[in-house]
Amino acid sequence: MSFPDPIAVFRTEAAELLEQIEAGLLDLNVNLGDKDQVDAVFRGLHTLKGSGAMFGFEALAAFTHHCETAFDRVRKGEVPATHALVTAVLGARDHMRALVETPMGDHEAMSETLLDNLRRAVDGADSGDAAAPAAGPARILYKIRFSLPQNAMANGTNPLPLLDELRDLGTCRIVADRSKIPSLDVLAPTDLHIAWDVELLTDQPRSAIDDVFIFVMDDMELVVEEVAAPVEPEAPVTTIKAPAAAPEPTISSSLPAPAAVASPATNAPADAKAAKAAENVRVPAERLDELMDRVGELVIAQSRLSQLAGGSGDLQLRAVSEDVERLSGELRDTMMVLRMVPVTQLFGRFRRLVHDLANETGKRIELVTEGETTEVDKSVIERLADPMVHLVRNSCDHGLETAEERRVAGKPEAGRIHLSARQQAGEVIITIKDDGRGINKDRVRAKAESSGLIQPNASLTDQELYQLIFQPGFSTAQAVTNLSGRGVGMDVVKRTIDALRGTINVVSRPGEGSEISLAIPLTLAIIDGLLVRVGNARYVIPLSAVEECLELSVEEDMRSRGRSFISLRDSLVPFLRLRDLFRTGTKPDPFQKVVVISTGSERVGLVVDQIIGDHQTVIKGMSKLHHDVGMFSGATILGDGGVALILDVGHLVAEGQQQEAHLRAAG
Amino acid sequence: MSATILTVDDSASIRLTTRVALTNAGYQVTEAVDGLDGLAKLNAGQFDLIVTDLNMPNMDGLTMIRELRKLPAHMGVPVIFLTTESDAELKAEAKAAGATGWLTKPFDPESLVKIARKVLGK
Repeated sequence: MSFPDPIAVFRTEAAELLEQIEAGLLDLNVNLGDKDQVDAVFRGLHTLKGSGAMFGFEALAAFTHHCETAFDRVRKGEVPATHALVTAVLGARDHMRALVETPMGDHEAMSETLLDNLRRAVDGADSGDAAAPAAGPARILYKIRFSLPQNAMANGTNPLPLLDELRDLGTCRIVADRSKIPSLDVLAPTDLHIAWDVELLTDQPRSAIDDVFIFVMDDMELVVEEVAAPVEPEAPVTTIKAPAAAPEPTISSSLPAPAAVASPATNAPADAKAAKAAENVRVPAERLDELMDRVGELVIAQSRLSQLAGGSGDLQLRAVSEDVERLSGELRDTMMVLRMVPVTQLFGRFRRLVHDLANETGKRIELVTEGETTEVDKSVIERLADPMVHLVRNSCDHGLETAEERRVAGKPEAGRIHLSARQQAGEVIITIKDDGRGINKDRVRAKAESSGLIQPNASLTDQELYQLIFQPGFSTAQAVTNLSGRGVGMDVVKRTIDALRGTINVVSRPGEGSEISLAIPLTLAIIDGLLVRVGNARYVIPLSAVEECLELSVEEDMRSRGRSFISLRDSLVPFLRLRDLFRTGTKPDPFQKVVVISTGSERVGLVVDQIIGDHQTVIKGMSKLHHDVGMFSGATILGDGGVALILDVGHLVAEGQQQEAHLRAAG
Repeated sequence: MSATILTVDDSASIRLTTRVALTNAGYQVTEAVDGLDGLAKLNAGQFDLIVTDLNMPNMDGLTMIRELRKLPAHMGVPVIFLTTESDAELKAEAKAAGATGWLTKPFDPESLVKIARKVLGK
């Protein structure tokens, strides 16, 4: 076994630190006086800087240093914690992640912009266009270019104190022009060849600049230009300075109120957390996956053993086989638990999202989370993140009303997004609930009719109507906003949840809000399947999608020739003959079966030759070569060593519906 | 270590005033009574700043500045000279001789400290 890559270890550590920093900042935003959070953020930044420098992440270390300095000053009480500061450092924190992930990338311009924000947040420099403090002269931007006489250093003039003096006048960017430096062979070390370009934002009079150069004024070149408005930096900046503490500006009043966060499960004392961390062992995820693979193969080998033992008269062999069966079952269950992680992490990132959304939309939004300790398979968590982001954005953007609208409707001004997770019989239910205006059914219907998703006046249940939201190209947003409303997204949610073999359920009440529940199987690695035979091959249909199994009598089969529908309790269900679809070239069994599968609202029947029975199976992914095979989502090894392909329910249902539409169109 | 300053002046009271002001500001001060004495003190040690009068017996400030700029060890040492508003020509001469800056007499101790800070940096 090799030692882990130190860089990878650092990246993992950095990711955790960044999460800690973010959580600390968000807590701080709720309660700006929270000293513990200031300390926590400072420590996180400090550690990140230190380890970053140790592992060669120089840019990260240098950048983080400035944030650390800012928080050190907050810690020492030199500057107050403000919403502006929190927002600036949150932005900086995202940039740190980029610096960790692509240390060689071109981050300089971004770093400068963010540090500028930070600097402004620390000394409140941009308070001019916010709720401006009444006192203080206007700040003027000067562009200064100067060069000293060549013998200045020989005569005792040190340029560095001059630059320091300029910095003391205000916010300053200094760029050295080194183009005049001669080559080394003709360079006299006491001569000065550097010129400086300085952008100085200051409230000091012009004479203060002249005073800086008082001793060299007569011999130097100095050009001072007054620029009307502060401009964005365009030149690379070599020196940055955090100016001295300035009084706290009243910026916060012009910003939307911060998202209040109530998170009952995360109030564990720090000591307990630390103690808990010490008991944990960190294992790379791929090792867990590897172990999972081995366990899967063990389960398969074990079932072959059971088959052999069952057919043999050797009682001792049977006894051993039974032991192995029990142990491998237990091993598999333990393995499953190992892969489970609490949804805390997943929910954690929504605090930031909601904070940002509140800022962007100007709405007041509270996020309430519940059931963070619910555990889900790690791969499920990873894939749930994106669809949840879409749903939460949608709720914040379309669901929740503005404070004004809410007041008129007699609701509390702050809208509420409620995230919860719970386990229920092999599934985890994740609910995104808002107390906004609810889904407008008439608008959904109108939109669906106009885009041809449904027939005019089609009779639909509420649930069927809501499910239309998840159709590709569907959007009811009247105005396209920055956040959502381009009609992309919700169908992506549906597709991802389908791929997770999950279902979406929507409940909505006008004026009271909507609730979207995602029911996801606890794990992706193992499924309960229905083992069927088509021709000579066996296939697995995920049991969660199976609605019922019917017999397809010879008469009905004959009758249905030419049209592929069966009548199922007064409704026509299209069906697919898997024998034809897979081109088995075999004769049908005399008693074929129809397995009716569904994805939420749509159903399709699959005609198979034989239903073998329940089969719990470890899923093996398809190889890259079979990447674009749509009908199968994976494969599994059966007890006798044979291979069965796992049917992709979503794909088959779509295929069936398409066929139906095609036949209908043909009359 | 705090910066060391050599003050060169023939007036004992000015020497005392500068010594008190600079010592209170945290600098180490050595005194010389004229240009010659100044050069002797410079030979004996290293200084971060020299504050000198121009009109002095034995060797005047201008000569001392020209001499010390010839010494490799003291080439880049900042030199502040004391001058009056009236002798603008002398000011130009002193700068040409290699002085770094000036302080206009009469001066208050605070402005001396300010200039020392300006030239020495923080």
